[in-house]
Amino acid sequence: MTDSVLDQGPISEARQVARDLRAAREKRERRSRLLKHIFLSLFAFFMLYPLLWMVASSFKPDNQIFGDLSIIPTTFMWQNFTEGWYALRESFTLFYWNSTLITVLTVIGNLLSCSFAAYAFARLDFTLKNFWFALMMMTLMIPYHVVLIPQYVLFLNLGWVDTYLPLVVPKFLASEAFFIFLMVQFFRQLPRELDEAAMIDGCSPYKIYWAIIIPLSLPAMATAAIFSFIWTWDDFLAPLIYLNDIANYTVPLALRLFVDAESQSAFGQLFAMSVLSLVPVVVFFVVFQRFIIRGIAMSGLK
Amino acid sequence: MKKFLQKNAPGYVFLAPWLVGFFFLAAGPILASLVLSFTKYDMISPPQFVGLDQYIFMFERDRRFYKALQVTFSFVFLSVPARLIVALAIAMILDKGIRAIGIYRALYYLPSILGSSIAVAILWRQVFAGEGVLNTILAQVGIDGPNWLANPSVSLYTLVTLAMWQFGAPMLIFLAGLRSIPQDLYEAAEIDAASKVRQFFAITLPLLAPVIFFNLVLQMIDAFKTFNSVFIISNGLGSPADSLLFYTLYLFNEAFKFFRMGYASALAWVLLLIIAAFTFIAFMTSRYWVHYENERD
Repeated sequence: MTDSVLDQGPISEARQVARDLRAAREKRERRSRLLKHIFLSLFAFFMLYPLLWMVASSFKPDNQIFGDLSIIPTTFMWQNFTEGWYALRESFTLFYWNSTLITVLTVIGNLLSCSFAAYAFARLDFTLKNFWFALMMMTLMIPYHVVLIPQYVLFLNLGWVDTYLPLVVPKFLASEAFFIFLMVQFFRQLPRELDEAAMIDGCSPYKIYWAIIIPLSLPAMATAAIFSFIWTWDDFLAPLIYLNDIANYTVPLALRLFVDAESQSAFGQLFAMSVLSLVPVVVFFVVFQRFIIRGIAMSGLK
Repeated sequence: MKKFLQKNAPGYVFLAPWLVGFFFLAAGPILASLVLSFTKYDMISPPQFVGLDQYIFMFERDRRFYKALQVTFSFVFLSVPARLIVALAIAMILDKGIRAIGIYRALYYLPSILGSSIAVAILWRQVFAGEGVLNTILAQVGIDGPNWLANPSVSLYTLVTLAMWQFGAPMLIFLAGLRSIPQDLYEAAEIDAASKVRQFFAITLPLLAPVIFFNLVLQMIDAFKTFNSVFIISNGLGSPADSLLFYTLYLFNEAFKFFRMGYASALAWVLLLIIAAFTFIAFMTSRYWVHYENERD
């Protein structure tokens, strides 16, 4: 009987009204939240439907693919995968090996060379630093198509065409300015006192880079590694220009060859190989989603 | 002298790989392609100086050059606004304290990460084929869809939808931007009984202007560079009837199919100038519609 006086008269009535209003508002909010979830899930399904359809089609026999909208296959044609794998003159084992080799070398090259440049820009002091930095930022804007032809002439004269050198060597020369930018942003946040303390203890700039900056920058390095992996895995234009022999082909080039040979209309196999080509990227995305999303927010990468 | 070396040595040691790359892979090639653009060069005989001839041919007689410009500009002006509008709409729905936001964010971002792959371009061909997924769906509601890939008047839409489908990256950037708008502004507007529409135009849009601007420039440059999907969807030719003759594809074919390296270099330089001009215009006009928060008028 604590607030017996208040339970009577206009005050208690007002309370009741307030309670009703709040209940009504909560109900309204719950309903609008539910509607949002329904909309968002439907929209997500609509967005992902083509991908799901492709996965399902990769299990269907060729004559069931067109005109069939279902995303749950009734038969499982594993032959699409096993036969597709060996459908071209070389097997996909080789294409995956080639793609993996190029991708791994590219990731290593990008991490090393871009972190070198980023460390110089973020932490060291030298003549013309701002000038070089401005030039580096300008290269961010330059479309690859503009440098493509002279680069091709250069690599042709070096005898590098139909090897992996034109695809890999530039990555060891910090040609991906995006990653330099990303790393500069990250290095700048690290407390300068660390460098200064190490300097007083007699550490050289090289030691500081290796023993302080890199260990503290693992998240930025991870983000750069992941993007570099995904972009290289999907890269098409550079391999298309530089690789001629089918034995050197990467997975995207092999897929394109598959499309050209499509007259036999082996769509099941084509889809099976397409789905497999996406698997490494999807796995990377699922595992490293956190880094990817933070990386975009940090730098506005694509 | 010794002091100068001591000060500069570490910096230039770390910068060395980039410097080599910059001169041999960026600055050098850009200048080289300018020089090549004044020559005829087929990679067999040495370049032959022709002055401005190729630029004159390009602007006065090359109808495919104008076609490529028309296709590319149409694509940029259709796909960039479409992508940004979807991105902003979804970001605004996600922004208002939705549970499981992480899952939606990841699902909506997935197409962006797969979008430039050859596998997705192959998929898109089948979705828009004459008897493809889209037309099968349309047939169920009684619409007889066109053959999207064979009909020059609609073929560009296959690529516009593909671009729209990849709204994930601008969506993430919009989400970060929306987070930084102070909530008390909306509360104040709510008390003044401003409608949601009014709130959007009076609060969200102006405060988001810097982020919109950033996304716009980035997406525009990106759209000009579209290549992989076009190459697969148009059979590498820009077909049907040059309706998918994107500028990058035209340039690629001139260079690596017909080996007109000089002319392709001229095309490359025009592309560089177009992108530079667009970025410049965006920056110049930005002061009329982008206001940064800590700026005093």
